[in-house]
Amino acid sequence: MKYQYESQRIAYPYFVVAMILFGLQILFGLIIGSQYLWPDLLFPAIPFNIGRMIHINLLVVWILFGFMGSAYYMMPEEVEGEIFSIKIAWVQFWLFLIGGVTAIVGYLFRIHDGREFLEQPDSVKVGIVIVALLFLFNMLMTILKGRKRSTISIVFFGGFLGLALFYLFAFFKPANMTVDKYYWWWVVHLWVEGVWELIMAALLSFLLIKLTGIDREVAEKWLYLIIGLTFVTGIIGTGHHYYWIGTPEFWQTWGAWFSALEPLPFVAMVAFSFKMVSKRTRSHPNRAAVLWTAGAAVMSFLGAGVWGFMHTLPQINYYTHGTQVTASHGHLAFFGAYAMIVLAMASYAVPNLRKVTEITHQKAEVFAFWTMVVSMMFIALSLTGAGIVQTYLQRVLAMPYMETQGYMRLFYGLRLIFGFIFALGLAVYLYDFFTPGKGRREV
Amino acid sequence: MTKASARNMFIGASVIVWAVLLVLTYLSHVSFPERTHPEKITAQVAYGKKVWERHACIDCHTLFGEGAYYAPELGNVIERRGEEFVRTVLETAAVQGWGTTRKMPRFDLSREDIDALVEFFKWLGEVDTAGWPPNIEG
Repeated sequence: MKYQYESQRIAYPYFVVAMILFGLQILFGLIIGSQYLWPDLLFPAIPFNIGRMIHINLLVVWILFGFMGSAYYMMPEEVEGEIFSIKIAWVQFWLFLIGGVTAIVGYLFRIHDGREFLEQPDSVKVGIVIVALLFLFNMLMTILKGRKRSTISIVFFGGFLGLALFYLFAFFKPANMTVDKYYWWWVVHLWVEGVWELIMAALLSFLLIKLTGIDREVAEKWLYLIIGLTFVTGIIGTGHHYYWIGTPEFWQTWGAWFSALEPLPFVAMVAFSFKMVSKRTRSHPNRAAVLWTAGAAVMSFLGAGVWGFMHTLPQINYYTHGTQVTASHGHLAFFGAYAMIVLAMASYAVPNLRKVTEITHQKAEVFAFWTMVVSMMFIALSLTGAGIVQTYLQRVLAMPYMETQGYMRLFYGLRLIFGFIFALGLAVYLYDFFTPGKGRREV
Repeated sequence: MTKASARNMFIGASVIVWAVLLVLTYLSHVSFPERTHPEKITAQVAYGKKVWERHACIDCHTLFGEGAYYAPELGNVIERRGEEFVRTVLETAAVQGWGTTRKMPRFDLSREDIDALVEFFKWLGEVDTAGWPPNIEG
């Protein structure tokens, strides 16, 4: 199906950049994953801290490109009207691209701030705020000028507004490390376990409506249910980060009860997806997009829901906090929820933007889907193995940190093998993305 | 359940949980003087935190269990290794880096930077972290 509004085409460059940065993110992931086994690799040119900074910043930047591209594609169809300003869309595109690339290149030259994930220099942070404001203004005007105001468009806007607002806490750098960490989580947790879930749920609803032909009323009711569960569990669930950082003990009770329920919105997303797919009124030819959409619901449930629950109770977290268990959860949750929902949107939107009229088969993309999903599952399992060894030796038997690491090499090796398999799947995906037309007829 | 009632439940529930978060945040701030001893955050400690950030230490180490997991926890490093050893590590790192397998890169650290980092670690060691880590190894 061709796109319906001319201005939707602005989404395309956003997806292209997202995919390139995704590829680079995985390249740096392979580098720092290798450094666990061969610490001298690229040392001291790219020490671990710089490589990791780049790995995670690239992740955030490409996901944000993906969110914004998704919105530029989705909003015209949702509100039945063109994007307010293509010019603003291009300005914020270049501003974000230049700002993002400047930050990443700067990291290689040791130009960075020093707080985890928020390493962007203040000037880049200001740039990011400007980009977010331009984007939000463009979205708001699009919604206001549109013929209708869909729930999906409002929820997406609300989610992105929250994203911009909570990012402002990145500018607050108190000298008291406990206070610093407390509000640092207002960016990090309230993003990924709060407002980002609104964005994800909105995109999921949009995709399910498009792919299954289900009734909008039903989909939007589910959407409210999902985001309600997200806020009810996730906002006070912030407390699961406040167990051991100098914050009061009452957080162990509040954090435990509420964060233990954080899998619920993901359970709802799985139920929603499967119910809608099983009740579909049409069989959509874009099978890969259906796969990514249902896959995002399932993998986010596993990564964020199950792997999060695993170590969220203080009685367990006391031993696992700050081990590779956290890393395993981080990988599976981010890929399952945010990477996969963007890939689902790309899979659905990009062929439409390229005016592909007939999708005959998508062997390469389906192969890439299974390769990436299964290998990421095994990356998480390998890191979980590493985390269990670390928890037992270091936290229970009080073995020194570096000695413990020696016993974890097997799992680091497995992780790296699956990392390379993941990269293979991604290479197939990117090849398919950038050389369309094989098996597809275009006009 | 209609869409309108689903929306109203979302809005109502959101107001409640945000209010609870704000109240608990207030109560956390009430507890900070006792748990974190802000009066001991001297200019030197504050500068130590800046040095910590200048070199992105958090992207290898952890502090109170948060950070990367490539290098040891440092929230209790003074208690674990003693001040002298920590100084030796930092002084060596300033010249040639530190470590045999996983290495800490050579960092540009002045005498003043090292003193401040040590004071920063000392302050961290006195924060009441509810009994974490489970043992001295962090």
